[in-house]
Amino acid sequence: MNTHSLIRIKAIVLKESRQILRDPSSILIAFVLPTILLVLFAYGVNMDAQNVSIGVAMESSDPTAERLVGTFQATSYFDVNVARDRRELIDRVTSGELRGIVVIPQDFTERLSSGDQSPLLVIADGSETSTANFVRNYAAGVLNAWRSSEALDRSAEAVAPIEMQQRYWYNAELESSYALVPGSIAIVMAIVGTLLTSLVVAREWERGTMEALLSTPISPVELLAGKTIPYLLLGFLSLLGAVILSIFLFGVPYRGGIPALFIAGGAFLLSALGQGFLISTATKNQFMSSMVALITAFLPAFLLSGFIFEIAAMPFAIRQITRIIPARYLVTNLQTLFLAGDVWAVIIPNVVFLLAIAVLFFGITLRKSSSTLEGNR
Amino acid sequence: MIARIFSLIVKELLVVLKDPKGRIILIVPPLIQAVIFSFAATMEVENLTLAVNNLDQGKWGYELVERLSSSSTYTEVFSVEGEQQIKRVLDEQKAIAVLSVPQDFSRNVEGGMTAHVQLLLDGRKTNAAQIIAGYTRQIIDSLQIDTQNGSPAGATVIERNWFNPNLDYKWFTLPSLVAILSTLVAVLVTSMSVARERELGTFEQLLVSPLRPVEILAGKSIAALLIAIVEATGIIAIAVFIFKTPFEGSLLLLYGSMIVFLLSIVGVGLFISALSMTQQQGILGAFAFMSLAVVLSGFATPVENMPEWLQVIALANPMRWFMVIVRGIFLKGMPFADVIANTWPMAIIAFMTLGSATVLFRKRME
Repeated sequence: MNTHSLIRIKAIVLKESRQILRDPSSILIAFVLPTILLVLFAYGVNMDAQNVSIGVAMESSDPTAERLVGTFQATSYFDVNVARDRRELIDRVTSGELRGIVVIPQDFTERLSSGDQSPLLVIADGSETSTANFVRNYAAGVLNAWRSSEALDRSAEAVAPIEMQQRYWYNAELESSYALVPGSIAIVMAIVGTLLTSLVVAREWERGTMEALLSTPISPVELLAGKTIPYLLLGFLSLLGAVILSIFLFGVPYRGGIPALFIAGGAFLLSALGQGFLISTATKNQFMSSMVALITAFLPAFLLSGFIFEIAAMPFAIRQITRIIPARYLVTNLQTLFLAGDVWAVIIPNVVFLLAIAVLFFGITLRKSSSTLEGNR
Repeated sequence: MIARIFSLIVKELLVVLKDPKGRIILIVPPLIQAVIFSFAATMEVENLTLAVNNLDQGKWGYELVERLSSSSTYTEVFSVEGEQQIKRVLDEQKAIAVLSVPQDFSRNVEGGMTAHVQLLLDGRKTNAAQIIAGYTRQIIDSLQIDTQNGSPAGATVIERNWFNPNLDYKWFTLPSLVAILSTLVAVLVTSMSVARERELGTFEQLLVSPLRPVEILAGKSIAALLIAIVEATGIIAIAVFIFKTPFEGSLLLLYGSMIVFLLSIVGVGLFISALSMTQQQGILGAFAFMSLAVVLSGFATPVENMPEWLQVIALANPMRWFMVIVRGIFLKGMPFADVIANTWPMAIIAFMTLGSATVLFRKRME
């Protein structure tokens, strides 16, 4: 790279920086939007169900059944509505008011005391699929708890159990926000990175200033470099802001190092900015690039990054698609940096993938940006 | 006036659809996404890797590992030794959990004493780790039953899942995507439309025309509504015909409530549009609204799990209401009264958003 080229890049950097500073929307995108979204994600995405409304149909009303209902009422997992008959509860499941029904049949105690299997019917609202899973699992848990307390009361011979001691590394208290907040940063940065650049080139074409740029001796590589640098810096500041917010506002521990954060963040920002540049260059039209950005940046990052849905559980073809979603690598990297520390064996492969995606996006962008007006028709 | 609005609708549709690229971008990717996301969105936890540190020489330790590796939760089970290796396996995410079986495991099981195993889990994946712990616990419980003779008498659970007997997650995702992706399209079409006309200079032409602000907005709203309904219809067709999602309720009720829902979304889009001076501000607003609406809709995680204050904010989110309706009509055959109960809040929201968009737009035109 010769000095002329450096001077030209510097000029573009200056021009873009001024444009950023003079249009408040870039600042809004980099700082205000992440703050709002992070707060929203941190509180709004919550896997820990509590007080799920269920109905308990107490068709048998002896003391044994009453103790069982009492056990259901005592847990904070369920908010229990007691009825005498299951038919009173069915419509309330259809309307969505109740998420399930536990039926204690008339002959429950009778069969229990005769030593038979005595079934308890648990009906879950399958249309709320994950809540249904919760209702099933926790109803079985409540029954287990009740069984062991009954066994203690009758001081029956307790069978020596197999005890499973479970320990959660990196997150001993199982704070789900510890995993969700770093993941949220990744989703938010995917939106911010793409948004920052998706209109940058299209705007020049639409306003006709691209023609002015093309009449200068600047090459496409220099132009792209000059446009990338200011947005990369802005992206870094935005990421740093989000990390600081997570540590101080949401109390998530940060166990990694600063250099690792910059390496992981830089590689990600390059791929996200590259995605924006590619969209912008390919469409040359702000309206269309906004559409493409909105379609490709938010929902794929949200659903295919492993932030909410476990990638390992997806079918093979979908797992391959997730490999080109940059947010996927940042989710893993940030969760590792926040909770486990500098585990380079995790970070470096992810960074390599991100850089490969960035090279791909920037490469196609350069191919698509020629230095003549006619070449783009 | 009707004729004027009609020609405006045609004009707005042309603006968006005349360009073949624009036509494809608007209609096709959301449909593809509907298919991809319906496969991706699963709360099930499968295909994971378990590391085992089995020090037990007896048969029960072996039996336990066998049972774990034949479940669909773990498709890969490998053995590790020593603390250092265990730490590395977890640190580097080679396995989601490490099971340690101590030397005296079989001896204790056979001698009727309490036997211990230890499960270390990767807390970075909080949700998956919790589910894994539950599965592992179940397998250990069933092993324990088999270590004793005879089947256990006593209270058991019979499970029934109404409306979705096998708890197929796609049946949940696809109806939800009808709401999400039609919102995406409605927001896309509306949120930049005013800023775009302003930047391209055609706004001035609208100003000098005899059109009144309300008419301009009506034209833009109805055009966006039509495109979003086409998109929603495509996804409903994919859900019903390709994925065989049951459709129990009334199509008429679904479309009726969908129009109210989409009007409220169009109102938000036009409000953003009237507020923003450049297209970049427009797209910023669109992104902010989209993520807000999706997170607070109960799609990713249920609204009931959110803190109280956020649940109150979510009441103003039209998507939260429509999610209940669209899933209810698809899977539960939701009756008229329940649909109305979830539609009138959207009508109020639509009235507010369209109203404020009109007020703002009028101000801008003066």
